Amino acid sequence: MVLIGAIGLFLLVQAIPSLALDNANFLFSREWSTGDVTNMRYGILDLFLVTVVSAAFALLIAMPVALGIALFLTQYAPRRLARPFAYVIDLLAAVPSIIFGLWGLFVLGPVLTPLGEWLISSLGFIPLFAKGNVSIALGGTIFTAGIVLAVMILPIITAVSREVFDRTPGPHIEGAIALGATKWEVVRTTVLPFGKAGYVSASMLGLGRALGETIALTIILSATGSSFGWSLFDGGATFASKIALAAPEFNDPKSAGAYIAAGLVLFVLTFVVNAAARTIVAGHKEYE
Amino acid sequence: MAKRIDVKDLNLFYGKFHAVQQVSLSVPPRNVTAFIGPSGCGKSTVLRSLNRMHEVAPGARVEGTVQLDGEDIYASTVDPVQVRRTIGMVFQRPNPFPTMSIRDNVVAGLKLAGVKNKKQLDEVAERSLRGANLWNEVKDRMDRPGGGLSGGQQQRLCIARAIAVQPDVLLMDEPCSALDPISTLAIEDLITELKKEYTIVIVTHNMQQAARVSDQTAFFNLLGVGQPGQLIEVDDTEKIFSNPTQKATEDYISGRFG
Amino acid sequence: MSTDTTDLTRLATPPTFQSVSGARKAKNLTATVLVSLAFAIAVIPLVWVLYTVLQRGFPVILNADWWQKSLSGLLSRQTGGGVYHAIYGTLVQGLVCGVISVPIGLFVAVYLVEYGGRSRLSKATTFMVDILTGVPSIVAALFVYSLWITTFGFGRSGFAVSLALVLLMVPVIVRTTEEMLKIVPDELREASYALGIPKWKTIVKIVIPTALSGILTGVMLALARVMGETAPVLVLAAYAPYINYNLFDGPMASLPLLMTSERNNPTDAGFDRIWGAAITLVLIITLFNLLATVISRWLAPKTK
Repeated sequence: MVLIGAIGLFLLVQAIPSLALDNANFLFSREWSTGDVTNMRYGILDLFLVTVVSAAFALLIAMPVALGIALFLTQYAPRRLARPFAYVIDLLAAVPSIIFGLWGLFVLGPVLTPLGEWLISSLGFIPLFAKGNVSIALGGTIFTAGIVLAVMILPIITAVSREVFDRTPGPHIEGAIALGATKWEVVRTTVLPFGKAGYVSASMLGLGRALGETIALTIILSATGSSFGWSLFDGGATFASKIALAAPEFNDPKSAGAYIAAGLVLFVLTFVVNAAARTIVAGHKEYE
Repeated sequence: MAKRIDVKDLNLFYGKFHAVQQVSLSVPPRNVTAFIGPSGCGKSTVLRSLNRMHEVAPGARVEGTVQLDGEDIYASTVDPVQVRRTIGMVFQRPNPFPTMSIRDNVVAGLKLAGVKNKKQLDEVAERSLRGANLWNEVKDRMDRPGGGLSGGQQQRLCIARAIAVQPDVLLMDEPCSALDPISTLAIEDLITELKKEYTIVIVTHNMQQAARVSDQTAFFNLLGVGQPGQLIEVDDTEKIFSNPTQKATEDYISGRFG
Repeated sequence: MSTDTTDLTRLATPPTFQSVSGARKAKNLTATVLVSLAFAIAVIPLVWVLYTVLQRGFPVILNADWWQKSLSGLLSRQTGGGVYHAIYGTLVQGLVCGVISVPIGLFVAVYLVEYGGRSRLSKATTFMVDILTGVPSIVAALFVYSLWITTFGFGRSGFAVSLALVLLMVPVIVRTTEEMLKIVPDELREASYALGIPKWKTIVKIVIPTALSGILTGVMLALARVMGETAPVLVLAAYAPYINYNLFDGPMASLPLLMTSERNNPTDAGFDRIWGAAITLVLIITLFNLLATVISRWLAPKTK
């Protein structure tokens, strides 16, 4: 547990000298050039936006689906099948993220291209669906990345929600059934109110995971010189993928420090999200 | 609208386990029928089969017929949801919905049925709570959570919730077993009043209670471990407690058994 | 549901059962369909991913060389060679990580369940373990980089990777062990105390053996998990196409690292290597998962 403090501290110590050498505004600049250590200019704004937008997009897809799965597994699926079904979902979590990345880039990306083109042509007037700054044909967009991320965080959200939904007290469910509630009404009046907090915190855990996901995004997202333009069809890099891309060339401690600084921001971000999730769960437990 | 129940050749199963064998009995309208018998004899199971709650348990199966005013509640055209709407139930442990206020708990059934009119809901809430002898105790805190009430109050809240949808029959599964004597007395008084409007079936472990509140008593028994439970006899309460036909009933009632 | 009977006395009374409105039925049906659909949606990518890996990687790994040779001396466009250097790296890095993580995780969990109670320290520890669970692997890698490599001055090595994996593995082990220890009934502990057996001995001889199968299952699953981690190897180890037995020095390959470095290889050979490595990784992970299942079957407390 000292570890957590240590992680933050060490990253900070390593980052400070580099931050001092940063000739651009670290928080609000969109530039990132660390090649020339005498004139480093880098800021995290673009990284931050790409990270948050792709994670939020993933969460948007994963949340309803995970809710559905958790309800299916706890309330709808026949008892005998519920366990093997749950196992299938857990298998998703066992697939290494690098494989999801490869699949996303080589298989899913091309499949999504027509859908993406259609969205751009019909909904392009909304900035979110505007033509992005990378070639859509390659599929290396936030759109693809978000969908892959959604698949990756599904099992986490599902597992935690399932556990909470399963703990809905039997008498409450019976009470609703005896009142003449349909299956869905039983779920709505007993299971959902009971499991709401757990579901929200499960989603936050999923969000934390999506924010920190590294290799899948490194593989999928196409690099781009231009900055993020609020479109799902942009490319770019997240904190994690930026660091991973540069990792083999960590030679100068000063430029490495820049990436460590980015890592520190990511760390703080996930820390906040996870802590919030845990606090919600803890609060809920006391309420029981 | 109180209705009569006719049970014929009812057999109940949990998976392969034959829980109850060949039960036939009739419950007249505006009448309290008590089910008594030792633990595990299937009296609660029979009760739960009367509003199709039995089939909620995994692997549960029903054979035979249960008729409500001549309608088979297990007919294939009948949705179990309709049955439960018509035949209300109160459970052993009070189970108000913890996330709802007292008022919302009472009108939960109506809201599910799509009633949105606030005035109508308030009226029903008041009428049902009065019916359950709880109105005076909670009228000033209708918006507080139902879980904040005492056990006896919670149970009366559950009764109010059950009668708010104006069922034809009220089933009670040991409604007093988790309550103290004073609350028990309050519920028993309530049952006597509710009898004027509803057909009531109550499962109880407490023979004095059966004698106090019921008009008709059914005695269930087990022949042995692993054997299905059976209905030994059903008759007027007075007759069962003073001069039962079967020896097993007499043994049980006089405390020589179970 | 109204009755269709023509009985006149019946018609005067309302229908026996109050009907359920069509809207409610429709809602119920919609919900059922949606919920089942959600499950189907989740199964699609799983099957799709596994199919992709099998279809593209399976032909590659059928060659015996794949398991026995490294890529040493091969040009990027040359086919042939194998990945045993990377398999070695993945397994050794994972196992060393396990050797370090298991005792730490076990001690923390035993403290939390048996000694900590509701004290402040144990609450703080639980919270920290929770947070550590959520630390992205890249952050763990950066931490080890800044500690081990820039601060202590060691070079990049397989061992540095193991250290980063430890950070990821310990919280998982603490979690599962904690759950398992909690399931051990208090009656067992009390029975042991009643025999005059001291607490530490009770834990070692009674509690841990009872929970052992669950703990080992957790360890296996955690191992399978960390072996698939890519971010730490990317940051902390340099790739080598040849075998390097030394965990502490020099570049060392591992399956994920091989995959990322072959991604820069646009030839068919590179393509084959990526998918071959992918299926190999999946196989190894499946193996550990299976092992977990087998262990839990064998070691589970015998009840019959």
